[in-house]
Amino acid sequence: MYQLKSYTETNSIYQASEILINNENAMIIAGGTDVLVKMRDLKKSYIDKDLVGITRIKELNEIYKDKEENIIIGSCVNFTKLEENEIILKNIPILAKSSSLVGGPQIRNMGTIGGNICNGVTSAESASVLFALNAKLEIENINRKKIIPIENFYIDHAKVLLKQGDILSKIIINKKDYEGFKGVYFKFAPRNAMDIATIGVSVMLKEKNNKIEDIRLAYGVAGPIPLRAKNTEKLSINLELNEKNIDIICDNVLKETNTRNSWRASKAYRDNLIKVFTKRAILNLIGVDYEN
Amino acid sequence: MKIKVCVNGQWYEKFIDIRISLLEFLRNELNLTGAKECCLVGECGACAVLVDGVNVNSCIYLAAWADGKNITTIEGIEKNGKLSDIQESFIKNGAVQCGFCTPGLIISSTALLNKKSNLTKFEIRRGISGNLCRCTGYQKIINAISEVDKNKCNKNEQ
Repeated sequence: MYQLKSYTETNSIYQASEILINNENAMIIAGGTDVLVKMRDLKKSYIDKDLVGITRIKELNEIYKDKEENIIIGSCVNFTKLEENEIILKNIPILAKSSSLVGGPQIRNMGTIGGNICNGVTSAESASVLFALNAKLEIENINRKKIIPIENFYIDHAKVLLKQGDILSKIIINKKDYEGFKGVYFKFAPRNAMDIATIGVSVMLKEKNNKIEDIRLAYGVAGPIPLRAKNTEKLSINLELNEKNIDIICDNVLKETNTRNSWRASKAYRDNLIKVFTKRAILNLIGVDYEN
Repeated sequence: MKIKVCVNGQWYEKFIDIRISLLEFLRNELNLTGAKECCLVGECGACAVLVDGVNVNSCIYLAAWADGKNITTIEGIEKNGKLSDIQESFIKNGAVQCGFCTPGLIISSTALLNKKSNLTKFEIRRGISGNLCRCTGYQKIINAISEVDKNKCNKNEQ
């Protein structure tokens, strides 16, 4: 039996937000694959809560393209849907790929992309990919709606920019942020399923005449929050895509990451993984089969 | 809270304690003990059931969420006293040892086979990756699923 105080199923964002604003003890639950596990562990801030269910809110379960061809993903869309959705597969296959690497089938059937981000953990499969996609997040409450870049959403480990009453409703990927790009996501983990990433690498690349026109390098588990290697990105523009330059890029990335020792892997190991996987990703994107 | 739920083809209307999981509801309220209680954190898959045809871990699924939904447990997989193809195949291939993981694995296999056919070994491994088994070493389970899939494909071709 879970130690929870009450449960309310809501069917609109307004209703959910209202409950949250009027009750300090209320907490959102989406797929539950994280919240219920923490509740079972009797984590202090997760017990005796008034849970507010939001997964039955219709608009949070949609994936579509708007008039400007921006891709809109509702926050309660689960990973199985992301993995199989036509719009995602066609336009941003990198997100379909990373979604397919989350947990096992049962977890992917329940876990939501919004929950994955709102946890604020750096190892979240969708996080580094959304960083690489320059995703924007729409946050709503009863008074207002605001759109912020995902980079501003993460404050610290397990801490995100949500005040009581705020609900992450949509994830927006603008056309200019996916069109013309090729992307690849690598997850390094000891097993092939039910694993938390040791390192997650997302690379989006736009090339022209074998030169880098635009590149985005995003990492999970390379610091307390997901991060982008922005200086390296800047210095990579217009570089010719050869092995020497790619090695320079990979070495440079380490100046911007901030890995740590943990029981899963040492700092040295993680740094090496970042280098190897960044190289593998770039080579993969320019069609070179790389095994090292 | 009152919920109305269809389990293995039969509708139930029950008052439930808001704090219970779907697994507790099935085992304690309906006496359906086929879904097993094991890790309770969604890692082992022994409690897997189908909710509207989708495979979920009932231990991390609130009973309240089941309101209005269609649940299939291992008890609902056999039809009129006849085991399903996948159940027969598990027996034939020796994919059952202690049997604790079996209900969950049958549910995951059923979900997988309903979704796709002509499965590769990789797809089968991926499809049951949310279920742990400590006795069989998986190969026999994979063989059992593969056999059903092949028979189904052959039948379709004929």
